[in-house]
Amino acid sequence: MWRRLRRHRTAVAGLAVLATLLFVAAAAPLLFPEDPTEPRFERVLRPPSPEHPLGTDNLGRDLLARIAYGGRVSFVIGVLAVSFSALVGVPVGLLSGYYGGKFDLVVQRLVDLLLAFPGFLLALTLVAVLGVGVTNVVVAVGLASAPVYVRLVRGVALSVRNQTFVEAARALGASDRRILFRHVLPNCTAPVIVQSTLQLGTAILTAAGLGFLGLGVKPPTPEWGTMLGEGQTYLFSSWYMATFPGLAIFLTVLAFNLLGDGLRDALDPRMKLA
Amino acid sequence: MGAYVLRRLALAVPTLVGVTVVVFALIRLVPGDPARLVLGLQASEEEVQRLRVELGLDQPLPVQYARFLGRLVQGDLGRSVVTGEPVTREIAARLPATVQLAVASTLLATAAGMVAGVISATRQYSWVDYLVMTVALFGISLPVFWLGLMLMLLFSVHLRWLPAGGYGTPAHLVLPTITLAAFSVAIIARMTRSSLLEVLHQDYVRTAWAKGLGARAVVLRHALKNALIPVVTVIGLQFGGLLGGAILTETVFAWPGMGRLLVGAIVARDYPVVQGAVLVFAALFTLVNLAVDVLYAYVDPRIHYG
Repeated sequence: MWRRLRRHRTAVAGLAVLATLLFVAAAAPLLFPEDPTEPRFERVLRPPSPEHPLGTDNLGRDLLARIAYGGRVSFVIGVLAVSFSALVGVPVGLLSGYYGGKFDLVVQRLVDLLLAFPGFLLALTLVAVLGVGVTNVVVAVGLASAPVYVRLVRGVALSVRNQTFVEAARALGASDRRILFRHVLPNCTAPVIVQSTLQLGTAILTAAGLGFLGLGVKPPTPEWGTMLGEGQTYLFSSWYMATFPGLAIFLTVLAFNLLGDGLRDALDPRMKLA
Repeated sequence: MGAYVLRRLALAVPTLVGVTVVVFALIRLVPGDPARLVLGLQASEEEVQRLRVELGLDQPLPVQYARFLGRLVQGDLGRSVVTGEPVTREIAARLPATVQLAVASTLLATAAGMVAGVISATRQYSWVDYLVMTVALFGISLPVFWLGLMLMLLFSVHLRWLPAGGYGTPAHLVLPTITLAAFSVAIIARMTRSSLLEVLHQDYVRTAWAKGLGARAVVLRHALKNALIPVVTVIGLQFGGLLGGAILTETVFAWPGMGRLLVGAIVARDYPVVQGAVLVFAALFTLVNLAVDVLYAYVDPRIHYG
């Protein structure tokens, strides 16, 4: 699999971009020792210069430092939200597809209902109900995309449950539990990994959208979407405030999409569609 | 055909009812007392109790839901706790702007996406194909609100060609439409390309070439028609993403639509308006997907719905 992925040049590019962004985010406290939330009124809204490569914001904070720290928040939200959707969606999809019957019917109607809401609208409504803050954004974004996992895993479970190797396992007296974990679940790994990579980009995008609307992470914590929202106010005088946080979101999502496409080709050639 | 449309419409009813249950349940999940939330901490207990009774919050949940549904069928979504106006009136004032933006973007996305997809598929692995697919990949990775701000920076601040926000003239529609359409253009272009590529390798297309038809006739008349079904599906599904994107686009361009109404209501904790706006968004999405299902029958004469 690594060999196939390595040959995928665009996927390698995506991986390299992600590694760089992750490194800068992880090493932010070492690279930028000054507090990214502390106002410095003597240097507000400075355009990019050698001391401040991306300029400073309306409170005089270095934008590069804030983007680096913001990356920590965005990546953590993305990873937690996607883990949350997978943790909810995979077991439900597995049971729904494997057992079928009434449970499946109820789950599928519920999934249909949730899919009747555009994803961003569902996340937005959940945040409206739960309130802002990192945890609530994770729950909202995670829950909003859980139906995707239910659908995906159910499909795999449905296609696998009547295949010969499952029948053989059953004939040998394996319990449902054992069949689910040892035979059905492993078949879901590849599609779930591919989906999660693509979903990471979407989750970061959704969380940033909430932040942009002022419904995400509370200031002064640096978060890319929230920074972009603050930047809109100063768009006419200070272009850099909105430009660079958005560029960071764009690069991250692009990198996840490149990697996701590459992983799909490497892991699961059957999924090669659009 | 008429009977089929009616039956699909009837099938959409349970979905719509389900949507009302979800929205109702979600809004009731708000921690704390909605009446207290609305009135604030300074309000007296009597005032809170009065609002609770007024909103029907003193009743058991199933009763509340039944009342809610009963009023909904009569077109009553309650009153905004901020302005005191009926929610339906607030929504009616904002809905046309959102529909206008969504329709303009869908048209642009369909036209641009299909043209790009056809060009890409007919020149597979050429530099044009790579260019189109790269731009499409950028398109699905762009945060819509950032794209909006960058377009605004270029066309309104630097070039001064177009207004930076507002509503009314066709010029106001240009930037929001491009912003909102970008993601869908990319998805539709990718889908058109892959779907058309699949069809172009089929025997009947080779026959069409063999009997000497021109490229235009082969690609557009023979192949594209059969490649359309997945494309139509994607256009319908895109509409949901489009509605979500509209919330952000409207905020960027100060477009007086449903999205800004919803965001404003969330910030002001105006739950009747939040509830009404979310319902209308979900209903719109459901109805568009219904329309897409009906469209299939036109696109694909093999599909017969008895």
